[in-house]
Amino acid sequence: MSTTLEIAKTHLFAKKKQTLVAALGVTFGIAMFIVMISFMTGINNVLENSAMANSPHIRIYNEIKSVRNSIVEEAYPNSLPVVHHQKPKNEKPKIKNGFVIVQRVKEIEGVSGVSAQLATQVFYTYGELQVAGNLAGVNIVDEDKLFNLKDKIIEGNLEGLMAGNNGVLMGVGLAKKMNIRTGDKITMIVPTGASALVKVIGIFKTGIGAIDNIKCYANIATVQKLLKKDSHYLTEIYIRLHEPYQSKLLAHELKNRFNYEAEDWQTANETLLASSIIRNTMTIVVSLTLLIVAGFGIYNIINMTVYDKMKDIAILKAIGFAGGDITRVFMYQAAFIGLMGGLAGISLGFSLSYLLSRTRFEAGEVLGIKYFPVNFDSRFYIFGLAFGVLTTCLAGYFPSRKASKIDPVAILRG
Amino acid sequence: MSKIVLKTSHLSKYFYEPEKFQVLKDISFTIQRGEFVSVVGKSGCGKSTLLYLLSTMDTDYEGTIEINNEIVTGKTKNELAAFRNQHIGFVFQFHYLLPEFSALQNVMIPALKLGNYSRKEVEERAYEKLKLLDMQNHALKMSSKLSGGQQQRVAIARALINDPTLIMGDEPTGNLDKQNTQRVFDILRELSKSFEQTIVAVTHDPDFASNSDRIIEMSDGEIIKK
Repeated sequence: MSTTLEIAKTHLFAKKKQTLVAALGVTFGIAMFIVMISFMTGINNVLENSAMANSPHIRIYNEIKSVRNSIVEEAYPNSLPVVHHQKPKNEKPKIKNGFVIVQRVKEIEGVSGVSAQLATQVFYTYGELQVAGNLAGVNIVDEDKLFNLKDKIIEGNLEGLMAGNNGVLMGVGLAKKMNIRTGDKITMIVPTGASALVKVIGIFKTGIGAIDNIKCYANIATVQKLLKKDSHYLTEIYIRLHEPYQSKLLAHELKNRFNYEAEDWQTANETLLASSIIRNTMTIVVSLTLLIVAGFGIYNIINMTVYDKMKDIAILKAIGFAGGDITRVFMYQAAFIGLMGGLAGISLGFSLSYLLSRTRFEAGEVLGIKYFPVNFDSRFYIFGLAFGVLTTCLAGYFPSRKASKIDPVAILRG
Repeated sequence: MSKIVLKTSHLSKYFYEPEKFQVLKDISFTIQRGEFVSVVGKSGCGKSTLLYLLSTMDTDYEGTIEINNEIVTGKTKNELAAFRNQHIGFVFQFHYLLPEFSALQNVMIPALKLGNYSRKEVEERAYEKLKLLDMQNHALKMSSKLSGGQQQRVAIARALINDPTLIMGDEPTGNLDKQNTQRVFDILRELSKSFEQTIVAVTHDPDFASNSDRIIEMSDGEIIKK
């Protein structure tokens, strides 16, 4: 072991309590950083997944615009026509050639599933009760592939919808509201006035109130018949990708290619994602602050040690230790404190994270989690340790350099 | 081979606070190998200042200093530190040893820094030096637990560990009682006679001075007796 290292070691162990206190500051800062960032990213992941689990990555739809180019503008492009107070046209939200588009999209690389949708608002009538809701006409096989409906069924089965009869799969909230069980028959009324008698062939539960309380699935043919539309009629296309984060890009391409609105899930959930970013920022700011404060503690302690040891420094210089050697003696001490404190910090951080991950946490139906969500990512630990050691060394550097510049003669002459 | 181990030529030094004051005036002298030299003079005559110039720790002066046929004037601080490590052994009045280390470790440290011997060899040599000063029985004791006289003897052993060209002392017996003073003096005498060790000591003690080989007397920054 080099002499300077040996001297550093002796200093550290001669003042065990002081060394320990310094290290504890670093330990605490790093441990808190790890717990907080593991927890925050855990929550963010849960929210993101829940946002993704029941929504499509990309949704193609036909947006009814109330303002559109009048025929006058199209005939005379350079003119300045003025049309007052346009009334919205009786335009159907139909996606023309919808099923062709579905086919084309299925062939795009990166797409894991496509589902054609025909949605309409309905009134469910059961006895005297009338409840407003949403009816989604789908190809149940495609829909299941997209959202894993099979796992969400709590009564009945999917197959009932394939038979081409007037069967519906009902959300659990809706079923509870109307006190309906599998096998019951209810009447549905659509805005056009048409109605139909349907049989509830199953009940599903997603855990999201907004869906479970309102939605029913039916075979797309059933809904087309109900709305008196042809068999090519659909209003939306839901798409799932292998790489969810490619959604924005692909949505843009699809919009340009097919000339319909294409919304990606990130845009649709902007608020949620924005709060994720805020949470992450807060976590990092608080953690860095903790570490910087620990750094100040280190600075203070190394400074005190240098002051304490001024005589020793003068003696070492008289013996023949150069300025650089003296700096090293104190830098080794700072680095050691940083390393020990850091290692203890990530151990403590891990223990606390583990305890947290086993603590019960009821977040309600929506999130469906039982315990606190904690994200164990080795990158946090590596970063935490590295930053801890860096802060410590930086804090220790200034007093160390001051020590190396001490004039031995002034001290030795007393 | 020249017998001159230390040579100073026209050394001058100024203090600048509170105002410019010349503390050393054109000092020139030589010291031969094996000489036991005392530097004496009234308080404030500049003898300690001179000693610290010779120690290579103070580089703010005019003139030249030559040690062991090497001109040390103009060397960088790091070069001087290395030179000091090898060629100069220092004994102070007050600041003896590093308190967190044992007597043996204190003696070993300059040799470990120099790196000429293995650790085992350094330990053996350190033990030998302690023996020379009759301190071998206290080798493993914490230096802070030793008496003043004992610490000074360990300090002398430490000064000897690298077989330096020069031993320099700043009032080495200034803080010791009569008995310890005599002891230390006898050791230095012995080193000078039997081992041809060159010693330069600043002292206030007239008995100490009169029993050394040679006295350099200073007054007001000048040498009045070589």
